[in-house]
Amino acid sequence: MLSFTIRRLISLIVTLLAAALVVFVVLEILPGDPAAVMLGVQATPETLAAVRAEYGLDKPVPVRFVQWIAGLVTGDLGISYTYRVPVSTLILERLAVTVPLALIAIALSTAIAIPLGVFAAARHAQPADAGVMVFSQIGVAIPNFWFALLLVLLFSITLGWAPSGGFPGWASGAAALGALALPAISLALPQAAILARVTRSSVLDALGEDWVRTARAKGLTRAQTLRGHVLRNALIPVVTIMGLQFSFLLAGAIIIENVFYLPGLGRLVFQAINQRDLIVVRDIVVLLAGLVIVINFVVDLLYAVIDPRLRTRR
Amino acid sequence: MSAASRRPALVAGAIITLALAAVALVSLLWTPYPVAVMNIAARLQGPSAAHWLGTDQFGRDVLSMLMAGSRTSFAVGFVAVGIGLTIGAALGLLAATRGGLIDEAVMRLADFTFAFPAVLSAIMITAWLGPGAVNAVIAIGIFNIPVFARLARGSALQVLSREFILAARAAGKGTTRIVVEHVLPNIAGILVVQGTIQFALAILAEAGLAYLGLGTQPPNPSWGKMLNEAQTFLHRSAWLAIFPGAAIAIAVLGFNLLGDGLRDLIDPRLRRQR
Amino acid sequence: MTPLIRALAALCLMLVPLTAHAQKDSVVIGQTLEPPTLDPTAGPAQAIREVTYLNIYEGLLRVDRDGKLQPLLAESWTISPDHLVYTFKLRRGVTFHDGSEFNAADVKFTFERAMAPDSTNAQKWIFAPIASIEAPDPATVTITLKQPAGNFLYGLAWGDAVIFGPEAVANNKTNPIGTGPYRFQRWNRGDRVELVRNDAYWGKVPAISRAAFRFIPDAQAQVSAIRSGDVDALSNLAAQEAAEPLKADSKLKVVVGNTEGETILAINNAKPPFNDVRVRRALAHAIDRKAVIDGAVSGFGTPIGSHFSPNHPAYVDLTGMYPYDPAKARALLREAGLGNGFNATLRLPPPPYARRSGEIVAALLAQVGVRVTIEPIEFAQWLDQVFRNKNYDLSIIAHTEPLDIGIYARDDYYFQYKKPEFKALMAKIDTTVDEAERNKLYGDAQRMLVEDSVNVFLFQLPKIGAWNANLTGMWENWPLPANPIAELSWRR
Repeated sequence: MLSFTIRRLISLIVTLLAAALVVFVVLEILPGDPAAVMLGVQATPETLAAVRAEYGLDKPVPVRFVQWIAGLVTGDLGISYTYRVPVSTLILERLAVTVPLALIAIALSTAIAIPLGVFAAARHAQPADAGVMVFSQIGVAIPNFWFALLLVLLFSITLGWAPSGGFPGWASGAAALGALALPAISLALPQAAILARVTRSSVLDALGEDWVRTARAKGLTRAQTLRGHVLRNALIPVVTIMGLQFSFLLAGAIIIENVFYLPGLGRLVFQAINQRDLIVVRDIVVLLAGLVIVINFVVDLLYAVIDPRLRTRR
Repeated sequence: MSAASRRPALVAGAIITLALAAVALVSLLWTPYPVAVMNIAARLQGPSAAHWLGTDQFGRDVLSMLMAGSRTSFAVGFVAVGIGLTIGAALGLLAATRGGLIDEAVMRLADFTFAFPAVLSAIMITAWLGPGAVNAVIAIGIFNIPVFARLARGSALQVLSREFILAARAAGKGTTRIVVEHVLPNIAGILVVQGTIQFALAILAEAGLAYLGLGTQPPNPSWGKMLNEAQTFLHRSAWLAIFPGAAIAIAVLGFNLLGDGLRDLIDPRLRRQR
Repeated sequence: MTPLIRALAALCLMLVPLTAHAQKDSVVIGQTLEPPTLDPTAGPAQAIREVTYLNIYEGLLRVDRDGKLQPLLAESWTISPDHLVYTFKLRRGVTFHDGSEFNAADVKFTFERAMAPDSTNAQKWIFAPIASIEAPDPATVTITLKQPAGNFLYGLAWGDAVIFGPEAVANNKTNPIGTGPYRFQRWNRGDRVELVRNDAYWGKVPAISRAAFRFIPDAQAQVSAIRSGDVDALSNLAAQEAAEPLKADSKLKVVVGNTEGETILAINNAKPPFNDVRVRRALAHAIDRKAVIDGAVSGFGTPIGSHFSPNHPAYVDLTGMYPYDPAKARALLREAGLGNGFNATLRLPPPPYARRSGEIVAALLAQVGVRVTIEPIEFAQWLDQVFRNKNYDLSIIAHTEPLDIGIYARDDYYFQYKKPEFKALMAKIDTTVDEAERNKLYGDAQRMLVEDSVNVFLFQLPKIGAWNANLTGMWENWPLPANPIAELSWRR
């Protein structure tokens, strides 16, 4: 087990470094000079040189890469070219919008999907089941940014119940939650559609297991078996999917945050690419990719603990 | 029982996708109005007998643009899936037959690609290559490669462990021949099913990129781009946002249903769950 | 389940917008773009000026809402007969927000910093004529110029020439300290900047005690924000089409004014076939300005005939020089040997006015046989390909700096006009100090540009403001981008 862990750990570090290198190289070859973007149409050669010197852009590429990695290792993410504040501050500010948004969306999608999925499985091959499946198909097919526009049309423009964009800051309390309502609903719908399907098939699988037949044979009703035994077992894959969805949501919120102009991580990285605030882009992409890589690593380890046979394979 | 009631998903999916394909073909020859011609005087008109789905901010006919936009969606789907399927399947088969270091490398590379959020990577790729339909398709295609690579490797390994492969080996057939004669025919079905699903995802992804202003560019019509332009007119010309979104949803629904239906057909064991 | 339902119900209640209060002395102004920093001397972004100019920072002079020069930190000044020595008498009793006193040394420091080789000031032309700066006593600054400079005082009124103390420089980007009537309080990035009244202000005490600038990039969100009272004013709508629904609201006032932004179809004058003036004139005849203005900015926007603002006294209306006439355009192209038309690319930066104008321009040019391929690009790429490397045929962009006709005299500029006569004319204007004479020369410059049809001049970018009908004092035009809070008040 120890050697397996060490091997995977080395692989993890190599993958993280490779990810950082790829991101760095891709951003270096991106056309467009950060200093030119800062200065716009008023730029002159002297001011360009002055800005490059100020931001350290005049140093050779390898030096900047090593400085950046050294900074990351020591927890220093650097200073944003555009905003001139530490990137870590910027990211934390934005996470204060994106993480609650993702959490609300997951809560909403779970609240919709799990009852629906269980309900469909319990009425397998009946009209209700078919209805849930149709909902799921449609939910997956609707682009979330279009759904967002429809929500804006109904709740902001026609009814005037919710703002159609922007974020007033958590200091404003209720208004901040209100600003997240429509974005969270738009993010939750496709997630709910997928989760409902997973729940349904997972419950159906569990219902087909031998011990369910045993339980039924003992005289438990279908509903009793469902509540007592099936749900607990069926939820394991569901929770796994939800875990995966969270990291997806952090990045997947890019489009929705742009629809609603929410100052979240997705909007920050989108703007940073346009403004060539390369250091912000680098940090965020590496953090998101690192998150996925580390989650995969932990999952691998857990599986290896559960199933020792896996330790000998890759 | 009729075919439709036995396999509703397959039939519904086939009808929707065929209808869309028909619209795309018709739009090559005929649309109610020429697609790119503007008529500023007739801008932002609501649906009427003359313009069934209204006109946009330049006075162009929305129905005609939607019809022509279907071509974009099909082209994006075919090319993006084509890139992913050919390169991905080749890599997957290579990994499955060679094993060892090559297998390890291909699978690590696939994991690696999955680690980057796809939307973000697509945005960076279009920032690098410049926005446009072709570059958006390349970006989407790249992210299809690991999907097909994993699937092809997994299914190929299953096939390779079957007895008739041993028989073929014993008969002196080489690896390439075994792959072409035995493995490919056996995994083609599952690849096509996945291809249909990825087709739907590609349409969705292109619409998303176009919505962000990074996909198809004017004057070529694209549903996602129409949505992007509709947003500031939402308060007065809601139809501009409603119709293109509905078109995307219907197309994605059609391909998803078709994919699910085909999967049931190929692998009946999965039917109960899907 | 029950707590969840309760939470959802609570969420729904929170959606009800808060209503505006009467008798208030605070104001919330919505603007489209967020400033990257709050230091107008270290970057050209207009959003910096919209927040800070005349609020946080002050210069020796200022412009008023009509674009006229007014004294500010300089009470008065004298100019030597040869127009080379400017002596400014500074206002006394002025303190910076950190309590330190404003004096002549700060002026000397500020200007010398802006002139330094490592300065990132976006408007170095303002300081370029300066030979030396002296501060003989705390209330006097003497500036000696290398040669007469007609726009010297005008430049000193810009946001790029505001005064601050040496100790504030390091933090001005994020924690600005000036002499203005408002102090910086807080910046929630992505949302707002908050200012409070400076009780130690040297001038008249303003009516508004607290102000916030909210950054709302989306037109739709701006409309709902002002309707719900979340913001009291929108200084300039993100999309012109949003004006319509706001006009219908009797609680609001919608004002269409002008900016100093000339929107042009830029032409690469050095690249064949555009090096032929007949081709450039053909392009001008092929463009229907009304169609462009209607389609791109919902009809708001003053047509222009040259690169000059209609707000300026020296403006000459040259829109009639090349009337919309596709037949004439085709004839000119035939004359230039391009009877079968030609292919060209049109590179468009992201702003909606540019993208939309571009689609219409492409359609109009197609009618005279110019087959245009549209290439929308990011601003970073626009700066790289079009602006720096001059790798383009046609492009559309608004030049938002006031009085920037001088860019046509710059050899490195992306139009590649490079006409010696025009450069001589601009040099003459720069050193002409008599205003009437200078305005006459500006007229000649405008005519020369149109005569050569350097670019196709489309329209002046509008400033469409919308604000609560009870709020008075918002600027209707932008001679310089500014929202001076001290000039606002609520009607009782």
